[in-house]
Amino acid sequence: MQSLTNRSKMVSDKKMTFLEKLYLPAIFGGMIITAKHLFRKNNTIKYPEEQRVFAPVYRGQHVLKRDEQGRENCTACGLCAVACPAEAITMVANERKKGEEHLYREEKYAEVYEINMLRCIFCGLCEEACPKEAIFLTDRIVKTDDNRPDFVYGKDRLVEDVNNRIDVSRRQLTGKRKEK
Amino acid sequence: MIKVTIDDIEIEVEEGTTILNAARMIGGDVVPPAMCYYSALPGTGGKCRTCLVEVAAGSTKDPRPMPKLMVSCSTQVMDGMIVKNKTSERVIENRAGVVEFLLANHPLDCPVCDQAGECDLQNLGFENGKEATRYEEERRTFEPIDIGDHIKLNMNRCILCYRCVHVANQLTDQRVHGALHRGDHTEISTYIEKAIDNDFSGNMIDVCPVGALTDRTARFKSRVWFLNPMNATCECTKCSGKAVVWMFGKEVYKVTTRQDKYGEVEQVDGKPQWLCDECRFDKKDVSKWTIEGARHIDRHSVISQGHYEKPNPLDNKPKNIK
Repeated sequence: MQSLTNRSKMVSDKKMTFLEKLYLPAIFGGMIITAKHLFRKNNTIKYPEEQRVFAPVYRGQHVLKRDEQGRENCTACGLCAVACPAEAITMVANERKKGEEHLYREEKYAEVYEINMLRCIFCGLCEEACPKEAIFLTDRIVKTDDNRPDFVYGKDRLVEDVNNRIDVSRRQLTGKRKEK
Repeated sequence: MIKVTIDDIEIEVEEGTTILNAARMIGGDVVPPAMCYYSALPGTGGKCRTCLVEVAAGSTKDPRPMPKLMVSCSTQVMDGMIVKNKTSERVIENRAGVVEFLLANHPLDCPVCDQAGECDLQNLGFENGKEATRYEEERRTFEPIDIGDHIKLNMNRCILCYRCVHVANQLTDQRVHGALHRGDHTEISTYIEKAIDNDFSGNMIDVCPVGALTDRTARFKSRVWFLNPMNATCECTKCSGKAVVWMFGKEVYKVTTRQDKYGEVEQVDGKPQWLCDECRFDKKDVSKWTIEGARHIDRHSVISQGHYEKPNPLDNKPKNIK
């Protein structure tokens, strides 16, 4: 049969010579390769002292945005949850009462909004589905933990702080929003 | 029996049938969409103009084409009539225009609206509309009001199909709501807030093709695509007791009438299966219903996501295992 590549080698079972039986040349050959690597540039970095620059399309922990007046953008329409392939998002909606107009932008708001960060695969489909520009994935990393229930992030950890906004302008300039 | 040809498909129908009903007998793509016509409510139709079709030949006796597009829901067929729906460029272009008109004053609040997912206007816009809006003027706005204890009226979303007025006229003893003012000032309303408390007035929620009339008992509870529609019956002296209960786990979130593929109430032996208000609003407990099984949902509908038609989740005994 004709071989597909020219890399195939015939296997031989010839006896080793005396030099080969000593193994020393092979050992030294290997040690030279190891020694070369000692002087090469490292492929790893010393996290967390040193940190890599994230690509603008990096998808990390989610944020629920507020508008310029500090009102929550999310209206609990459920499109993120229906788009989510991992079924990580759940929500309970509620009606905005009179006097709460400064808290929520629309008539309806999410009373409970939870993302299970262990289920989430950070695909960004929720962000793409959102009609209200409420949910964004940021360049923050989801913190490690040793307790499973703690990975279910509620509104306390998802909604951005009014005084400490999270900048997502870089994400707004990528993908489908670029054309706007 | 007379012969008509709709989109090159010939069918024999009885005299007096409308073009729309003849098309529904053929089924499939041939059927023009309808927003105001409702088969179970005599007198509806002719308002929304979405069902306009081209009549290429009037009849065998007079084969001249009709100069304008005709309203298929109220035009009767003639022998030898040739109708064009999907095959006519004029109809497709015109329908996109009608959608644009219907959406002119419609707020884009689908993320808030409870009707989203089962909304006829969403489907109509998706199938026949244009991608972008050209409307720049200010939309007319109203404050949402409660008409009756169970029904919310959001006039912003209304497309003035008058179906609810016909429900009130034909199903309830005393009509207490209707259309006020004229022209583009028309609004559906009651003279006195919370005036509606008739036994069958809840049916106007199902009849409404958009989210103008919504169920207050299920308001903002969940989106339709997270719910599981199940066929259910209950014993009721006032109505048929045949309903669809929309369940979330083992909780009943809302109760509606059974609707066919055109979004109209199912009829048994020519009798529409309307629901009374007691069954619709007060029986929010599974124990009050006999669950027949999962409701069939078209797989193209968003409601079909997460909706499994077999097996019955309430059935504790698996049937397949002997």
